[in-house]
Parts: sequence; structure tokens; C-alpha cells
Amino acid sequence: MPAVTETIDAVASVTEGPYKYGFETDIEMEFAPKGLSEDIVRFISAKKNEPEWLLEWRLKAYAMWLKMEEPRWPAVKYPAIDYQDAYYYAAPKNKPGPKSLDEVDPELLKTYAKLGIPLKEQAILAGVEGAGDSPSEGGRLPVAVDAVFDSVSVATTFKHRLEKEGIIFCAISEAVQKHPELVKQYLGSVVPQADNFFAALNSAVFTDGSFVYIPKGVRCPMELSTYFRINAKSTGQFERTLIIADAGSHVSYLEGCTAPMRDENQLHAAVVELVAMDDATIKYSTVQNWYPGDENGKGGIYNFVTKRGACRGDRSKISWTQVETGSAITWKYPSCILQGADSVGEFYSVAITNNYQQADTGTKMFHIGPRTRSTIVSKGISAGHGQNTYRGQVKISPKATGARNFTQCDSLLIGDQCGAHTVPYIESRCMSAKVEHEATTSRIAEDQLFYCRQRGLSQEDAVGLIVNGFCREVLKELPMEFAVEAQKLLQISLEGSVG
Amino acid sequence: MSVLFEPGPEGFLRRYEGLNARLPGHRTPWVTALREQAAKAFREQGFPTRKIEAWHYTDLNLLARSGFAEALTPVDEDVALPEATAPQRVVFLDGRFRADLAETPDSGIPVRSLGANLSAAEGLLGGVAKLDEVPMAALNTMLFEDGALIDLPAETNGGAIELLSIIQSGERPVAVHPRHVIRLGKGASLVLIERAIGRGDGRYLHNPVVEIVLEEGAHLTHARIQQEGPAGLFLSTVFAKAAAGATYDSFLLHAGAKLSRSEAYVSLDGPKAMAHLNGAQLLSDGQHGDCTTFLDHAAPDCASRQTVKTVLAGKSRGVFQGKIHVHQIAQRTDGYQMNQALLLSDQAEIDSKPQLEIYADDVKCSHGATVGELDEDQLFYLRARGIPAATARSMLIEAFLQEAVDAVEEETARNALATAVAGWWEKVA
Repeated sequence: MPAVTETIDAVASVTEGPYKYGFETDIEMEFAPKGLSEDIVRFISAKKNEPEWLLEWRLKAYAMWLKMEEPRWPAVKYPAIDYQDAYYYAAPKNKPGPKSLDEVDPELLKTYAKLGIPLKEQAILAGVEGAGDSPSEGGRLPVAVDAVFDSVSVATTFKHRLEKEGIIFCAISEAVQKHPELVKQYLGSVVPQADNFFAALNSAVFTDGSFVYIPKGVRCPMELSTYFRINAKSTGQFERTLIIADAGSHVSYLEGCTAPMRDENQLHAAVVELVAMDDATIKYSTVQNWYPGDENGKGGIYNFVTKRGACRGDRSKISWTQVETGSAITWKYPSCILQGADSVGEFYSVAITNNYQQADTGTKMFHIGPRTRSTIVSKGISAGHGQNTYRGQVKISPKATGARNFTQCDSLLIGDQCGAHTVPYIESRCMSAKVEHEATTSRIAEDQLFYCRQRGLSQEDAVGLIVNGFCREVLKELPMEFAVEAQKLLQISLEGSVG
Repeated sequence: MSVLFEPGPEGFLRRYEGLNARLPGHRTPWVTALREQAAKAFREQGFPTRKIEAWHYTDLNLLARSGFAEALTPVDEDVALPEATAPQRVVFLDGRFRADLAETPDSGIPVRSLGANLSAAEGLLGGVAKLDEVPMAALNTMLFEDGALIDLPAETNGGAIELLSIIQSGERPVAVHPRHVIRLGKGASLVLIERAIGRGDGRYLHNPVVEIVLEEGAHLTHARIQQEGPAGLFLSTVFAKAAAGATYDSFLLHAGAKLSRSEAYVSLDGPKAMAHLNGAQLLSDGQHGDCTTFLDHAAPDCASRQTVKTVLAGKSRGVFQGKIHVHQIAQRTDGYQMNQALLLSDQAEIDSKPQLEIYADDVKCSHGATVGELDEDQLFYLRARGIPAATARSMLIEAFLQEAVDAVEEETARNALATAVAGWWEKVA
């Protein structure tokens, strides 16, 4: 049997493997009524005890959203979404903070255990008083975690330790209360309310998310991380993340996400805004593992996300790294607006589509300041009936003298029912700018497989090895804490797709 | 003074309604049916706007705002012709076939007027064109009056032919919609140099459509040289389909016109068919050039090659859009696409969108794109050897273009292109 046929068979057998994070937590929840209206927007704002200006801001976004049309240009197909048939607010019922783990809702604890979060951190996440400020055991580099359960942030760890450095890391709803001036100044400054259909929707109904502020000259001593989970049925998750790195600061931020297995499709429409001032660096890493639907394409998350970073300061840098393995449909283009002179934008992406998954993802690099530089490395892997599109724009304005871009996007096809598409947009209005783009599409070469198998590797291991090599340029950009998880995830996703 | 018909799609539609009882083929039912179908498609689509993804970079506002007039060329007018690029030549003046100006050697092949021989084009005319997707082709089909009909029998070598189109724009802003229909029988071969020249500085619309059918193993070299007048609007469309083992080797040169856009829809329908869609755009102040291609790999074992170069001077804008669609059946496809742009001025703009859409797994497809200015090191190298700056620049620009022109294997076509490209920079600078 030729190796490729074997691969496809292996793929078929593995795709039946269940989604590891597909469980549902039975927990007491509080819902807003189903549907979307001005009243719901007011309800969410009131629940969060928000100031008047934010309510106005939300209502303005809602009014704009009503006039907007859902974008149809991405190369993805899905039935019309009924925006009135979803809950826009769902939160675990609030009780006074438990004194010890024993008092924590055991269902919530089970959830964190299943997600592989260490017990120590579970205690913190569950809000056990006093936990979270002791140094972590075993000398392991600590990671500060903000966990978002459906619509609300449930806990943030290592808060006090970060506060010592002047770093603010909390839920955005908390930031609205405690640091309104910062939120007011930066919210919507990178992704305006009317930016696009899903950003407008998010602006109207966003319920929580993370807020990070790194003061001047501070290098954040640990990785910051947000963990998102959609749990309740018929909910949409609309989180909003805002990260501000003041002059000379440095932060690395990780984002992970999962959802239970359900036959219905759930909407996730997040907005992430990054602002980097002079000499600041933001590294934003995502491992996206929302429920992708079953092997027949039933269920799964619609992941329609707007992520954008502004390099406002000179010599600032924003780097996006994403490993996209989940979601029925992924539609996102983490972008960089390179305003400051000599600022740098980076985008490293691995996107895998298996079964009936669809992904239309890529980046946008807007070169505005002189000598701005950007690098794009995208690796797309399609298997089963998956459709994978890279869509990326590089735009060089007349003032971006000496700007430089390099783009490389490679696609790997596994099986003859899937598709791989590449759509770069290169727009240059500056003579001295240099733009280079290259793209390849191929399948795993028989001779590579033969070489590995000849040395005793199984078909599955050989494909895994080759695929890992294919993605290496991107995986090496991930922080240590994530790299291991990402590689495992790749293997699991590819178990379904490449053997 | 000429009578202009009203601007916009309505003007053209009204003109069709007033003229359809006199257009060639008005007594032939299949022709009138085709024109009706085209009129319906054009009425529904109108002129493309920038809201359409494929037209994002090219604005037809200038066309939509202009009123045009009917071409009225006296038959006996004495016309000065440029030197021929091939031994055989047919000439169209303001879109009309001029048998008296043709040059036919003894070894020449029959090239007929389409308008006068419509019955011979049944099944060919409108056979490849996509009227519902390409409004400019619908407009052409609705209003075409003439063009060339070449139907080469199997195993014939047709030599090299120049199709010269001259538009004399004086005070009359004419709109001309020539239609050329070409079929090469099994194993036949032909070199076709399609050249468009504009005389005068006035505005006009030249909207040619070429339909090409290549049967098994046929080989067509198709060089398209656009040297329209400075205010001319050139919107051309080629539809080609290649059967098993056939080769469509094309090269597009945009050197003139205020606004030009050439679209090519090429379909590789049989195994081992091959397509070259090369091109170059030389744009200077005030010009807009757009090279857009759609290549369908619809059969296994086909190959395609595309190199498009754009040189931009002054306040000009260049567009390249190239889509390669590999169908699921098209296993073992080998596709390569390269587009490069050279910006010579800080007011120039390039928009480039290469695109791969792939549904087969056993493929080897790649594309590359570069945008930049002349290499300072190379300029320095030449100047250090005593070559003046202007000459050095010219040498480097020609070298940049040379690579694309060299891809044309057939000598007559390559020489014609090389002549058209040579010395461009000296004229601009």
C-alpha cells in the first residue's frame, strides 16, 4: 500500500479520537435573557457596575452594529447565525470567597483539574483567600493566570507579586473600576467600535477579558496568561483584552482556550488590543483549541476574532504567535500597525484544519513609520475535508521609507479532499521599501516518508516528525511554557489528520 | 462634431437597442440570441466597481463618466502603418477589418473578417467567453462588429501573424469592441502577435475580446503588445482553453494607455496541457496598468508558468492579480508564479495579489513576489566602471525586464516584444 493511502487511512481512524476538553461542567450559572437588544447591553453594563461613559460607548457600538453587515468575503461557509438565539451574559453564581479548597464548588475544581491546571493554581483560580501570593514550588517559572469562564473572569493569580512591580494584571471589568482613566484612554483606540461587524458586536456586549498595564521600563518578571473557557450552552463568548506596554517595558502574554463538545455551533467574537510605546515589546502567544466539531463537521466554535496591535512608539515591537488547532471556523488576522520609527511587527502562525474545519487566517502589517520591519511566517496544514486559507496584507505607506517585509507561507495537504489557499495582498507606495513574499503548497513527499520508515519509524511517527519539522520555525517562537503544550496539541490534532 | 451617446452602462445598452437590427449577424438567430444573452448579462452587472474583490485596485470611474461615439472611418483613408513584426499581417482600423491593408505572403494562412463570416464561427463564437462573470466581455459580445477569425486545420503550421489594431482618436472619443476567434486544430501551431496602437491624444475605449480554442497538442504563441494613445482606455479579455497536450504560451505587454486592464481566463482542460502567462507593464506618469489572470488547472499533469514584471515611474499605479485554481482532479499539477515590481519614483504605487486556490493534494505550487527599487550596489558597480548614471539605470531596468521577455521561446514574438520594451526608460526620463 502506498504510504499516502496509509496516511489517509490512519488519519481516518484517528479523527474518531475524542476531543480531550469536550466535557461540560455542571455549575450554577446566572444568565441574562436570550437575545440581543439595547436592554441586554444596558443589563450587562449594569451587572458590571460600569460608569456612564462605558455604557454610552457600548450603546454607540450597538447602534453601529445594527447598521453593519456580516462580512462574506472570507473563504468560509456557514449557515446564517441567529444573533437572537444566544445568551450574551452567563456567569458562575457568585458566593463569598471560600476559605479553603474544600469549600470551593467541586465542579469548578474538577474543571480545572481536567484542563490540567496544577492544584496550587486551582486554589487560586477558585479564589481561595490567601492563595496565590506564595512563591511557586519546585523553582518552576511562575505564570500568572487570568481565567475567564464563559462571560466573566473567575480569578487572577500572582496579582500581588505583580503589583510590587507596578504591573496591573486583572480582569478588564475590574480595571474599569480601579483604573478607569487607563481603560478610557486606550479602549477602542486600536480596534474602534465600528471596525468590523464582529468587533462592533464585541464592543456592545463584551463581558470580560484581561487587562494588562506594564509601567515604564519594567520587564514583566513572569509570563502572563489568560485561560478562556466557554462552558454554558447557547452562550457566546465576547471577551476583550487590552494590553498596554509603556516605554521601555517588556511583556509576554499567553492565551489558551477550550470549550465543551456540543452539536450546536457557538460564537466566540473576541477583540484584543495591544499598545506598545517607545522601545516596548509585547509578545502575544495563542494556543487556540476551541472545540472543532465532530468528524462530520457537526458543532464546534465559530471563532471570529479581531486582534490588532499598535506599535505607537519608536523601536517598539509586537510579535504574534498563534497555534490554531481548534474551532469549526477560524476567522482572524492578528495585525500590526507600525507607526513608530524602526518599529517591528512579527506574525508566526500554524493553522491546522482537519475533518470539516475551516480557517481563513493571516495577518496585516501596516507600515507607516520609517524603517519599519515585519516578518510573516505562516504554516497551514489541511487534512480530511479541511479548508485552510492564508490571507495576509502588507501595506507600505509613502512615508515608510526603507521599510522591509518578508513573508513566507507554506501549505501542506494531507488527503485529496482538503484545500489549501493563499491570498496575499501586497500594496506598496514607497519606492525605497522592500517587500518579499514566497509561498509553497505541497504534500508530504514520499521519499521523506520512505526515509523515516526505512529507519524504523512507524507511519504515524514519521508523519508527526515531518509535520513538526514543517512547523518548527513557528513553534520555536513560542515561550517554553506553551511550546510543550502546542507540540502535544499538534500531535493530537494531527493524530486525526496525519496519523 | 461628433454625437456622444450618454455615459455609463445605459449609454452602451441604449446604443445596442438602437443598433441591434443593423449589427453583423442580425438575421442569424444564434448570433442575436448570443447578443441578447450578453445584453442581459451586461445590464445585470453594469461596469465593475471597486466593491468587487477582483476590481479592488482598478477604478473604472473614468470609463463610466465618459460618453463615447461611433467609429466612422472612411474606407479609402490612407493610413501610415508601423513596420510589421511578422511576415503576415492583418489590419483593423477603428475596429474594422481592412482587407486592403493586409499583407499576405504566399505561405500565409486564411485570416477572415469575423463580421463578414459569422456563419463560419458558429459554435466557436461565445463558446469560451464567460459573459455572466466578465461584464466587459458581455459588453463586447453585445456590440462587436468585427474581428479576426482564424480556424487552423489539424497538423498545420500557421507561421507568424500580426493582428494590428489602430485606433485613430481625434476629436471623436470612439468606443471599439473587436472580437477575435481563434481555433487551432489537433497538432496545429501558430504565432500570433496582437498589437494595439493608438493615434492621437483623445480619449477612446478599446475593448477587445479574444476567444481561443486549442485542440489536442496544438501550440499557440500569443504576444499581446498594448501601445495605446496617452488618453486611451484599454480593457481587454482573453478566454483560452487548452486540450490534452496543448500549449498556450502568452505574453502581455502594457506600454501605453491612460488606463489599461487585461484579463486572461485560461483553462487547462486536458492532461499535460501547459500555459505560460508572462507579462510586463511599463508605466509612467499618469498611467494605470492592471494585469489580471485566472488560471484553471482542470486536468491532471498540467503545468503553468507565470512571470510578470512591472516597472513604475512618475505618479503611476501598477496592479497584478494572478489566481491559480487547482481542481481536485488536477493531481500532479506543477504551478509556478512570480511577480516583481520595480518602483522608480516615490509617487508610484504597486498592488500585487498572487493567489493560490488548491483542492488537490499531489501538487507542486509556489508563488513569489518582490517589490523594491533599483539596487544601489548594482548602480554603484556600473558607475564605478565609468557608465553614466542614466545609462546605468536604463541598463538595470532593461535587465529586469529581459528575464520576462526571455521566457518567450518563439523568436518572432520575442523580438517583437524586445523591440517594444527597448529604450522605454530613455523616453520616460
